[in-house]
Amino acid sequence: MSNLFALFITAMVINNVVLTKFLGMCPLLGVSRKASSAIGMGTAVIFVIFGSSVFTYLLYYQILVPLKLEYMDLITFILVIAAFVQFVEMVLKKYSMGLYKALGIYLPLITTNCVVLYVTLVNIIEKFNFIEMCVYSIAVPAGFMLILYIFSTIRERLDTADVPVYFKGNPIALIVAALMAAIFTAFAGLV
Amino acid sequence: MKSLMKFSLNLLKENPVFGLYLGICSTLAITTNLNNAFGMGVSVIIILTISNIIISAIRKVTPDEIRIPVYIVVIATLVKSVELLIRAYAPAIDAALGVFIPLIVVNCIILGRAEAFASKNGIVASALDGLNMGLAYTVSLAAMSLIRELLATGFISLSNPFNDQIIFNIHIIPSDYIIPLFKEPIGAFLTFAFLAAGVGYIRAKEEAKLAEVK
Repeated sequence: MSNLFALFITAMVINNVVLTKFLGMCPLLGVSRKASSAIGMGTAVIFVIFGSSVFTYLLYYQILVPLKLEYMDLITFILVIAAFVQFVEMVLKKYSMGLYKALGIYLPLITTNCVVLYVTLVNIIEKFNFIEMCVYSIAVPAGFMLILYIFSTIRERLDTADVPVYFKGNPIALIVAALMAAIFTAFAGLV
Repeated sequence: MKSLMKFSLNLLKENPVFGLYLGICSTLAITTNLNNAFGMGVSVIIILTISNIIISAIRKVTPDEIRIPVYIVVIATLVKSVELLIRAYAPAIDAALGVFIPLIVVNCIILGRAEAFASKNGIVASALDGLNMGLAYTVSLAAMSLIRELLATGFISLSNPFNDQIIFNIHIIPSDYIIPLFKEPIGAFLTFAFLAAGVGYIRAKEEAKLAEVK
């Protein structure tokens, strides 16, 4: 149990995907202008990553390994992710219009979010068992959402700040990310 | 000479990394030294050129509704082939880049060029576009890693990826004055921010010059 907790904390804050692996930078720069859209995007990412991780994990060990087709992993995984995102979009549209309106615009963006493919690949590379895989697939997007939210609140302030003209927009956002990365290294001794 | 000037100007103005912020995940992650930058850059050049050629060749038979899945399958197949080739012939690059090689699939530059250029243009033009964009990407990676490696270690070195022989290794900054921070994520973010601001400055100047001529 404590092992799983350590895995969760490590994946969420210590080895945060955004600040140590630089994944998901596109949504970080693109969507993080408002706190509300950060939460919407974060929820959608948690849902998609968890779902596609379970899918790809079962697919890999139940179909690809018995058939000795391990080298097909990348191609099947990316197709599963693209199909899953599309599927979630359709289900939401049919059964929950409110949720669709809240998350809808973020869903197509998630297919090209590298965090999703990264998590599905790491689940296989690290040889996680099923429970570890589930914990890891929730912890990583939770860390992504945490950063996205903190970042968006800072950016709301940045809009009114006096920034040197060529640093306006993305460059100053990256400097904020640099400072956040420095702060998050303080968590390194946590587990 | 004139075409070289134009090429370098295009490199700055239409730079996919510092101008359009495409493919920045891998740019930030792997630019700790020149070897990684060239390994990644060459892989992307190869994948981008071939994927542009294939997508351009099948553009007339691809149904419009499912074009994105078709592109993704083409790109994923190429990335997997390159990953297996790298693992077989350049294990040092494979060990250094690790999971970032399969992640080329979701590098926005490749899907972006497929959608924006190769799906509308002929095979030769698409191949040249892939080569051009790949080179711009490699130059950006090399610039980032040159700065980071120099500041973090004081050395600039390059070795042959196939047999690990050192091609050159120059000691420039004395070891008392190096800033190891630049090997860390914070250094990556800072270097990128300053380079992007610099590119923005040059672009603004060029545009002002053009406006004056008019």
